[in-house]
Amino acid sequence: MRTFSEYIHDLFGGIKSLLSGLSVTWKELWTKKVTRQYPENRDTLEISERFRAELVMPHDDNNEHACTACGVCEMNCPNGTIKVISLMNETPDGKKKKALDRYVYDLGTCTFCNLCVVTCPSDAIVFSNNFENATFTRGKLVKQLNHEGSKMREKKPKPAAAAPVETAVNAPTETKAE
Amino acid sequence: MQQNYNQPLEFTGLTAWIDSALKSVLPDFWVIFIQLVLVAVALLAAYAVIAMILIYVERKITAFFQARIGPNRVGPFGIFQTVADVMKILIKEIIHINRVDKFLFYTAPFFMIVASMMTFGAIPFGKGLHAVDFNIGVFYVIAVSSLGIIGVLLAGWSSNNKYSMIGAMRSGAQFVSYELSAGFALMTMVILSGTMQLSEMIETQTYCWNIFNGHISSLVAFVIYLISGHAETNRGPFDLPEAESELTAGYHTEYSGLQFGFFYLAEYLNMFIIACIAATVFLGGWLPLQIAGWDGFNQVMWYIPSYIWFFGKVGVLIFLSLWVRWSFPRLRIDQLLNLEWKYLLPINLVNLLIMVFLVLSGLTLTEIFNIR
Repeated sequence: MRTFSEYIHDLFGGIKSLLSGLSVTWKELWTKKVTRQYPENRDTLEISERFRAELVMPHDDNNEHACTACGVCEMNCPNGTIKVISLMNETPDGKKKKALDRYVYDLGTCTFCNLCVVTCPSDAIVFSNNFENATFTRGKLVKQLNHEGSKMREKKPKPAAAAPVETAVNAPTETKAE
Repeated sequence: MQQNYNQPLEFTGLTAWIDSALKSVLPDFWVIFIQLVLVAVALLAAYAVIAMILIYVERKITAFFQARIGPNRVGPFGIFQTVADVMKILIKEIIHINRVDKFLFYTAPFFMIVASMMTFGAIPFGKGLHAVDFNIGVFYVIAVSSLGIIGVLLAGWSSNNKYSMIGAMRSGAQFVSYELSAGFALMTMVILSGTMQLSEMIETQTYCWNIFNGHISSLVAFVIYLISGHAETNRGPFDLPEAESELTAGYHTEYSGLQFGFFYLAEYLNMFIIACIAATVFLGGWLPLQIAGWDGFNQVMWYIPSYIWFFGKVGVLIFLSLWVRWSFPRLRIDQLLNLEWKYLLPINLVNLLIMVFLVLSGLTLTEIFNIR
């Protein structure tokens, strides 16, 4: 059996907890509204950096991209969204070199899993924030990501990263020479 | 005492003018007939308009409690949203359900709307804006507002749907329980005022509202009335009859179109009516804030018309109800009945005795400080 003092204690404890609940919602009433009124706020719209809206291939000022046409992204894509179409170029010294012809991406079947970006060995593709992708026909969702007339960026020896490699390579040859 | 002050914006002049204009051209029977029709039309119009305003206000305040903006597309700040919703509900099809008890099924919404309409007539909205003023006004209000539950029970019973049935039964249990508390809380105030007539009750509160007059006892009765009024209208933490997760929509699951609209309207108006009665009985109704002896101050307060005061007080109470609604989780049915039978009712009975003691021994504020 509960005693009378417990009954009273419960009663006032209950009232206290109800009041503290009310004070929480009172504070919430005056917080900033989180609603974003989209079409009106297009100019000030803030979208998280990590938002994946559309796959893009960044090109630099010289219309050069970093894609080597290795096809890893295509192999990793779980639903065949990416088609890497490559061609063989012959270099002046007679070697054959694979180069990117067309990078076809079908936005309509993409699940935005990010596997292509993660596995790309040369960081050639990224997901952009441009989410306004609505079209009237599905055909328009199939996009070519490499720009017209673009070519692969030649790999420049990176000074910071390359230096220790060179010394490591050179060191044993020097000892051999002695 | 109120007649001493200048009251420029009251409706009393207009109503008196209509009355005398009709009397000058028509025999008495027709004057009364026309006035009855006019009052009925005015009340019906007010009923619909207030319901629409309430729905808009509720949606906005709800949104603010959830850090949203709320309806803001139809008209400036979305003020025509409810108008659009009403239009939509008016042109919706009324779906005929197989194997329902047709007569009861179609009469149930009218019970709801008639009950709240009858209570609506007894509310003093302002000086001279009081349609039904019985000498047992408080009894009348309690009695006719309880009729609504018949509509709920009929709706659940006739719907041929177990969820509706359970919802209606829960609603019945809840209503019968909390009606006791609400009645006792009002009786406490009747003891304090010494009258059951709503207009006289307001008169007695001129310089000291009932909630201050009976201090501790009044405050307890006020809180209990708000809680039980909340439970009676099936809202907020007491919305068990329509607990979506358990009963889809409760007693009005099978209703559609205008019939559902009736239930919806009656629910909102019941909330309004509860707030009105609380404002009338506890907060001085349409009376402005008056302080005995401060004639200048009293005059300034009287410049604000009485209906503004009334709707201001009612607005505060409705905000309170929304605040509670969006703060507390829904109770279980046993918790709900526990709260009433183990807490509110005993407290209420003791409170009633305390009020009798206060009044008999002259410990109310008006008697202590001799305010008349």
